[in-house]
Amino acid sequence: MKGLPPITDPNLIAGIDGYEDAGVYKLNDGLAIIQTLDFFTPIVDDPFTFGQIAAVNALSDVYAMGGKPLTAMNITCFPVKTMDIDILHQILLGGLDKLNEAGVTLVGGHSVEDAELKYGLSVTGVIHPEKVLLNKGARPGDKLIMTKALGTGIVSTAVKGEEASEELMALSIASMTTLNRKAAEIMIEVGGVNACTDVTGFGLLGHACEMIEGTSVGLKINASSVPFFRGLRELVEMGIVPGGLHRNKTFRMPMVEVSPDCPEWLLDILFDPQTSGGLLITLPEPQATTLLKKMHAAGIPEAAIIGKVISEPKGKILVEK
Amino acid sequence: MIEIDLRGFGCPIPVVKAKRAMEENPGQPIAVLVETAVSRENLTRLANSKKYGMEVEETGESEYRIVLTPKP
Repeated sequence: MKGLPPITDPNLIAGIDGYEDAGVYKLNDGLAIIQTLDFFTPIVDDPFTFGQIAAVNALSDVYAMGGKPLTAMNITCFPVKTMDIDILHQILLGGLDKLNEAGVTLVGGHSVEDAELKYGLSVTGVIHPEKVLLNKGARPGDKLIMTKALGTGIVSTAVKGEEASEELMALSIASMTTLNRKAAEIMIEVGGVNACTDVTGFGLLGHACEMIEGTSVGLKINASSVPFFRGLRELVEMGIVPGGLHRNKTFRMPMVEVSPDCPEWLLDILFDPQTSGGLLITLPEPQATTLLKKMHAAGIPEAAIIGKVISEPKGKILVEK
Repeated sequence: MIEIDLRGFGCPIPVVKAKRAMEENPGQPIAVLVETAVSRENLTRLANSKKYGMEVEETGESEYRIVLTPKP
């Protein structure tokens, strides 16, 4: 979106500036709509599972803003001349399955013929205009919570190279098909949240950088506390990592200071591009502990406090082992 | 020497093919042709984890011939 003229509208709460997860537009003093769109090429072989992942991923942006998704529309690009149409049917069924689980109504969609299969959704949600959770707003002393384990990018790469174990594939698919709904509902119920985003293509550290870039706070992250799938270390050490991981790292390392005792493989995992990743939340201490307890009790076992917001150095992330 | 031309392959194929070549030819040096800096970086890791030495020759614009030699 860089290079577009500035877009100003008094009712625009979140637009194309500021790396927000979704656009937010105020309709009246009590109601704003949240709009988001995401689609991509298949990342798993099974079409139904791919549909599920795409829907969970698209819905996540609404949850990350603190909103409630209401309606969705399908977007498909499909090679109808060379691929069995039943594959598309299975993908759409997978998407619908997750919309149903989320209580979201499918209202339409659009498809075009394309050489490469793609699927995703545009999702519309609602929120109170004063309760929008932006990715900026973290305050010194806040704890940093991550709700899902990292590693989906590395596992997808290993699957392509036929180097992923069944167990690792199952872990990754289970994570990518888990809605952030419950996590978001608990986050709103506990309250006190100062900033929230979902961890996707830029990796944990990429999205954490967006939270603090140009602000008067920094972050300290304890790499050992960050949840990630077991079995990733060997893959990372053998160089079985996605190209996006290297790009994320090259782009954001100027903002990151790594303590010498933090191993390279662990740092790499923090830059792994995620599909349908978890929420990254900052909130003050008493609520952080409550939030974590409630998440664990509600079946979100990976949720963990992974660091804290600091006042110095500003705009930097310190990564400790 | 075993030579594998992996130009035109995206990650993780170059590193996976190089790894298989190491496993199938223990103790032997392997030359790999790749064409991205990402592949070069990933092969560096593979070499470190499998205890191979690595010599990189830039044979063209972001095209590399990488010789992996098992360390004694």
